[in-house]
Amino acid sequence: MKIFTKGLIKENAVFVLLLGMCPTLGVTTSAENGLGMGLATTFVLIMSNLVVSMVKNFIPDKVRIPSFIVIIAAFVTIVELSMQAYLPSLFDALGLFIPLIVVNCVILGRAEAFASKNSPLDSILDGLGMGLGFSLALTILGGVREILGSGALFGIRFMEGDGMLVFVLAPGAFLALGYLIAIMNKIKKA
Amino acid sequence: MEYILIIISAIFVNNIVLAKFLGICPFLGVSNKVETSIGMTGAVAFVMVIATIVTYLIQKYVLDAFGIQFMQTITFILVIASLVQLVEIILKKVSPPLYQALGIFLPLITTNCAVLGVAILTIQNDFNLMEGVVYALANSVGFGLALIIFAGLREHLDLMEVPKGMKGVPIAFIVAGLLAMAFMGFSGIV
Repeated sequence: MKIFTKGLIKENAVFVLLLGMCPTLGVTTSAENGLGMGLATTFVLIMSNLVVSMVKNFIPDKVRIPSFIVIIAAFVTIVELSMQAYLPSLFDALGLFIPLIVVNCVILGRAEAFASKNSPLDSILDGLGMGLGFSLALTILGGVREILGSGALFGIRFMEGDGMLVFVLAPGAFLALGYLIAIMNKIKKA
Repeated sequence: MEYILIIISAIFVNNIVLAKFLGICPFLGVSNKVETSIGMTGAVAFVMVIATIVTYLIQKYVLDAFGIQFMQTITFILVIASLVQLVEIILKKVSPPLYQALGIFLPLITTNCAVLGVAILTIQNDFNLMEGVVYALANSVGFGLALIIFAGLREHLDLMEVPKGMKGVPIAFIVAGLLAMAFMGFSGIV
């Protein structure tokens, strides 16, 4: 149980470990996109953790990293093709960042640091916890940017007017994440 | 003329770090000193240009020729990973001083999404080989520009009195956000 919960808050990939920053900043223009990206990453994370922990004894140490990358890339391709088929609008919104899940350091980091040393069941739990923590962070960041930027949440408008456009544009991503991490630091100390 | 458009657009208007959010990990990771960020820029430029040429040729003569475009993600990341290894080995033999300077940054580049991102964008934008090379070069200049400005700012930041909770990463994000706002001033040039 501890393996599962540590990824949610205490070792949250985005707010605490600062991994996987590119998709975090790139796709969180709305809560929906953030959640979609988070879930796609969670799937890849669980499956790659599972496979890596199963084949860890057959892979020579020297070619470890390339093998992990191939396993991850295979699952990313699965996500890419199924999302294109079933969720075309989300596929368009996330765009380039779907193939870039391959180079998300969270996934390779967990494969290397956890799955290559632990049992398949533990690795699945770790992947699930880390993935949900990542999704949570992306949804919060996306939500904050959507509320401030366009006065809506999950596409439902509750404010008149346009909001502060800058939060939907690039600088807003940096600003919002900076303040969120500062708030997280404050909460952790308290 | 086309080349100039590509160059200005990649460096200023659609800066790879500040507008496209690619390569954030090294942007935050190695931007403590101006010197190291220059080294990182050199290594990225080197790998990015070679990777773009190789992946372009593979896309044209292997993936397109056999109609297996869905293998793009797996192929490209494998090419980049092996390329980084190759560059490392060659540099070690041919130019030890350059290897000394770039050495520690090279392995990090495999998981730098800027390299994979530029390779994929070159294909998506339908560039020809020459345009692809120019695009990769311009993007690495843009990456370097953002990285070196940011490193300079962070060196000064160390001497400032920053509120306690904002120290370190949060203030770095705020600075990056302001920098991104400054770069937004370039939009509309192209």
